[in-house]
Amino acid sequence: MSINNPLTKNIEKGRAPFTFAEYKAAGGYQSFANAIKMAPRDVMGQVKDAGLGGRGGAGFNTGLKWSFSPDPDGLPRYLVVNADEMEPGTFKDRLLMESDPHLLIEGMITASYAIQATTGYIFLRGEYTVAEENLLKAIAEAYDNGMLGKNIQGSDFSLDIYLHTSAGRYICGEETALINALEGKRANPRFKPPFPQVSGLWGRPTLVNNVETICNIPGILTYGVDWFKGLGLGDECGTRISGVSGRVKNPGCWEMPVGTTFRTLLEDYAGGMQDGYELKAFLPGGGSTDFLMPEHLDLPMIPGEVAKAGSRLGTSLIMVLDDKTCPVGTVRNLIKFFAHESCGWCTPCRDGLPWVEHILNKMEEGKGEMKDIEILKEMCGYMGPGNTFCALAPGAAEPLQSSLKYFMDEYESHVKHGCSYKSH
Amino acid sequence: MASITIDGKVFEVDEKNNLLQECLSHAMDLPYFCWHPSMGSVGSCRQCAVVEYANEEDQKGRLVMACMTEPREGARYSIAAAAKFRAQAIESIMINHPHDCPVCEEGGECHLQDMTVMSGHTYRRYDGKKKTHNNQYLGPFINHEMNRCITCYRCVRYYKDYAGGTDFGPQASHDNTYFGRWQEGPLESEFSGNLVEVCPTGVFTDKPFSKHYSRKWDLQSSPSICTGCSVGCNTNPGERYGTLRRIVNRFNDEVNGYFLCDKGRFGAEYVNSPERIPVSMTRDSHNSDPVQIEPALAKDALKKAAKGAVAIGSPRASMEANYALRELVGEENFYAGISANELGMLNKIIDIYQNKPVNVASVKDIEGSDAVLILGEDLTNTAARLALGVRQSAKNLGRQMGADLNFPIWHDAAIRQLAMDKLSPLYILSPHTTRLDDIAHTSHISSAENSAKIGMAIAHAIDASAPAVEGLNKEEQALALEIAETLKSAKQALIISGTSSLEPALLDAASNIATALHSGNSKANLALVCSESNSMGLALMMQGSGKSIDEAMSAGAKTAIVLENDLYRRAASAKVDAFINSLDQLVVLDHLKNRTGEQANLVLAAATFAESSGTFVNYEGRAQHYYSTFKPDSNIRSSALWLSDKHFNEITADCAAAIANCAAILELTPGENYNFAGLKVPRQHHRYSGRTSMRANINVHEPKQEQDEDGVMVYSMEGVPAIKDAAVLNSPWVPGWNSNQSIFKFQEFAGGPLKQGSKGQRLIANNSTEKTWYEAGTSDFSAEGYKVFPVYHLFGSEELSAYTPAIQEKATSAYVSLSPEDAEKLGLKASDGVQVEHNGAVPFVVRKAIQPGTVGVSVGLKGLNFQDMSAAIALDKAAEWKNPDLWRAANIIVSDKREERVD
Repeated sequence: MSINNPLTKNIEKGRAPFTFAEYKAAGGYQSFANAIKMAPRDVMGQVKDAGLGGRGGAGFNTGLKWSFSPDPDGLPRYLVVNADEMEPGTFKDRLLMESDPHLLIEGMITASYAIQATTGYIFLRGEYTVAEENLLKAIAEAYDNGMLGKNIQGSDFSLDIYLHTSAGRYICGEETALINALEGKRANPRFKPPFPQVSGLWGRPTLVNNVETICNIPGILTYGVDWFKGLGLGDECGTRISGVSGRVKNPGCWEMPVGTTFRTLLEDYAGGMQDGYELKAFLPGGGSTDFLMPEHLDLPMIPGEVAKAGSRLGTSLIMVLDDKTCPVGTVRNLIKFFAHESCGWCTPCRDGLPWVEHILNKMEEGKGEMKDIEILKEMCGYMGPGNTFCALAPGAAEPLQSSLKYFMDEYESHVKHGCSYKSH
Repeated sequence: MASITIDGKVFEVDEKNNLLQECLSHAMDLPYFCWHPSMGSVGSCRQCAVVEYANEEDQKGRLVMACMTEPREGARYSIAAAAKFRAQAIESIMINHPHDCPVCEEGGECHLQDMTVMSGHTYRRYDGKKKTHNNQYLGPFINHEMNRCITCYRCVRYYKDYAGGTDFGPQASHDNTYFGRWQEGPLESEFSGNLVEVCPTGVFTDKPFSKHYSRKWDLQSSPSICTGCSVGCNTNPGERYGTLRRIVNRFNDEVNGYFLCDKGRFGAEYVNSPERIPVSMTRDSHNSDPVQIEPALAKDALKKAAKGAVAIGSPRASMEANYALRELVGEENFYAGISANELGMLNKIIDIYQNKPVNVASVKDIEGSDAVLILGEDLTNTAARLALGVRQSAKNLGRQMGADLNFPIWHDAAIRQLAMDKLSPLYILSPHTTRLDDIAHTSHISSAENSAKIGMAIAHAIDASAPAVEGLNKEEQALALEIAETLKSAKQALIISGTSSLEPALLDAASNIATALHSGNSKANLALVCSESNSMGLALMMQGSGKSIDEAMSAGAKTAIVLENDLYRRAASAKVDAFINSLDQLVVLDHLKNRTGEQANLVLAAATFAESSGTFVNYEGRAQHYYSTFKPDSNIRSSALWLSDKHFNEITADCAAAIANCAAILELTPGENYNFAGLKVPRQHHRYSGRTSMRANINVHEPKQEQDEDGVMVYSMEGVPAIKDAAVLNSPWVPGWNSNQSIFKFQEFAGGPLKQGSKGQRLIANNSTEKTWYEAGTSDFSAEGYKVFPVYHLFGSEELSAYTPAIQEKATSAYVSLSPEDAEKLGLKASDGVQVEHNGAVPFVVRKAIQPGTVGVSVGLKGLNFQDMSAAIALDKAAEWKNPDLWRAANIIVSDKREERVD
């Protein structure tokens, strides 16, 4: 099997996404035909064996996550696709949904069979109107061609898929807040346990997976576990979409084998920094990860390796900070976003982030004081992991704490002389 | 029990409770905001953080929220190690707080003040602008000051999750989260007043209290009992300068727990009403102007009048007052001041409680039930605190689902997520929809009479030896079977009925169902609601006799003594008029002016509950004692002391000895000889201000401490407060805990029963295991006209609270409820009025769920006397109609299913 880009093989810049017929002709919808011959638990087992990690940021083994749901009891259960791509600097799901919507639908059908879901929901970021249009068209085509609805392809398995466009909050990316939003409630995270696999949407077993995660399912069930394992570099399995934003020559995102290094991404795919700009640091996987420095470029983009360097791989779409952009201002922008996106449920996040934003604003305006730096340091611990109800504030604290580690001189200079950067 | 280590000390804890609860129970000061013993844990405020260590070697530990932690055997925790985090949490919580304590009504009893001090936040580092919010008008009961909010979510968890309110919630997000209504307007929940106590700071404060505000430490207070209905919620009134300032909840784990209804909290200011009778008065004839008479002369006149007089007691007067009246005129001349029907129903309730194999349900029992049937009682309007209890019982299915997955009962967040909208079964049979319909499995519309039949069928379906009934349609037969199955399979079934429907057969049915459910050692819960604060006590006093007001009026006496009773609320106006006209002398003891009192030849100014002591017996037969809160003006005396020359405690003792079942009323107080180190229990806080100055305009000498009638408490700062082991718990306070949250210091464990003070005494013993049945009635109703059923309002139907301005704002004038079919038949437009046969015209509302041919007539509201209704009445469109000024249709919140009302 020679396919090495299962996520993007149908995508061509400038061409409309495949119709159902075109997608089918290109080998699509085979995974369901293969899966239906197996018991659902076996499909789950294949996904587990393939070593597919969640692509939403946490990287947890997808098959393992699925296996926590209780055995079917004949009542509704749900697959929810988290398409609320709100992480700053992240735009991979958008590419997949806009350019090859049938891949996601096929993935959902096969995944739903594995977990015996009766209904699938796509929780889509409200601003993704092109994706919405393309997905709705694809869903309609799938119904018309008997891939959705009652007794799919003559089997006993039935599935309906609904597209829900979000009213727009970052916290909806958190799976339990997403479930609340989908139910029409405030998008506050829920307490775990009970985990959604046991009691999720409307109190029923629910699995929430990222778009890219689900888009990996057709390949695994079409070409097999060994093929999938072979895609990655070294011991790694599969491919993933990584990308770059910032002052590089060719910003964008690309499918590449899991295990590719940041340097390859930055220099080979993105063409390196723009002329006149130097790489100062980068956020490896969205706004809620710790800064990494140029010396970390040779790390492979694997969660474990990135963690050793003190950060998180996150969504693996890196944001580049160049030497002409103010790091304090960058962090200020990120914190402003996170402070605004706090759901307001727990104290460190709700009241801690606005305080940090206030201090960073002061610094940018040249009104910072040395004691403010001490408060910033304290705040990083205060909002740290385990101290809050969900991961929003600890994530928001990551760029702050790493910038304090790497750019303390910049903070001190802001306090003493104000901001010296022209560009933010 | 598990043994855990906290900061090096070993504690025995109950692993069923969370760690925060256990820390508090073991007298540790661990600050918290969002946790509440009745509402459980959600882990929002992060203020109760402690450090948990994985094992003996672990030095670093990890931060956990004590309220979300199950204490595990052998676990090691540290409160001290998380002190820094808690200081950070309070510091960030206080960023936007306005620091307006000096002008805030919560100041001095503010949980936020206490926790801020306790967490060590004394210096403000945040130098940015504060967030501000707009406030809303929330009706006559509650002030809204959102700028003080610390976003602990307690208000919404109480209002929506606990009390089932639908018109209030969190809005916006991040540090702009706002708690209010979707638009300004009165809060719709009948339990909104608890926001005042649930809110840890001054966002929601008591509006009527604000109008004559006093700090907590300046209020003289005493343990008291609400006079609003037959539940007998425990209250703590506060007084200053001779006026009642407010009511707050007084914890009693078996009755009201932490919560009161709004009538209880805001309905007691009739004590200050301009309609009060300030002095005793005489009148020559029924119509002439009254003349003031000195107390001593009034008492003489009363004694003279007593000879040969007929005496009419009262269901809203204390046991002592009723007994003193009975003693004054002799048992043979003492009559219950209620109708024959009501007295018969009360006697039946006593018989059921005493002789049927049932468990009489307290509010706590109600909350613990997992299947509930309500027969013809509109609980929210007739015994509101019970409705709140039923709302909690509906959550037991979720708790059970949680327990199956090993979730502890306090874990509100987890249980709520698990249960979603799954509720324990509740069935309601009622002639109209009720405010509990939103949690009811089925709310079946049926007349009281027919509901009784269905009830009989349910009993028969459970136990075939119970009498069967005939005449039910197929649908109702199926419903009866379904309810029977549900009740039978429940772990703890509960039947609720009462006297408000005026239909005795409902009590028979309720008794039969509860009896049928009895098997082995398990008894079904049964709660039979009465109408007033001492209805049950009055019935006990009658000892089974049927001497009702009707008999009193036909006894032929020339003198009548009426105790705290407006006869026009008990019998048809024409009958009462004839009775009063037949008298030579009418003597009335009461606190407020009413139609009866205005015709009296001798009126004695009687003290209210706030100025007198006494005993009330609630719907379960629980006797509870209330202590006078303040000493009234010398012209006003408690009825018992007007009627008797004995010492108050003697009256209680005589009553206990003379009246069957009542011996235990003597055990409600520690007795007049009670003292601690020679001192009594003070009514005033040790920080009470103005002791030597507040009377200085009258006399610069400090008056002698006045003894009260019980001999347990004193009107003074001096004495031994509850914190020093006094037997009576007045307003709770302990060092560092100035707010009502300090109550946990007086509980056996945080959230548990009180260590001191009385829970009351159940008077009616029941050891019955024998199944005996009431026979099904045979009455077939047939009369010309619309069949009348009573409709009650929490605000306005009850006599005394209706004198309170805030309650009046939430009440409306009298009206009738009609089905859409009948409204059309009568040709009514929304702006029309309805002519009620012989009774003038009133406004109307159309309610979908009313059977055509029946009419709901409001009880107790101004403009129509329910006593003047016959069983069926003719209705017509009123000519020349204009709605009365008191008509406020918006106050008629009939059900949470809004579409149900048409107009």
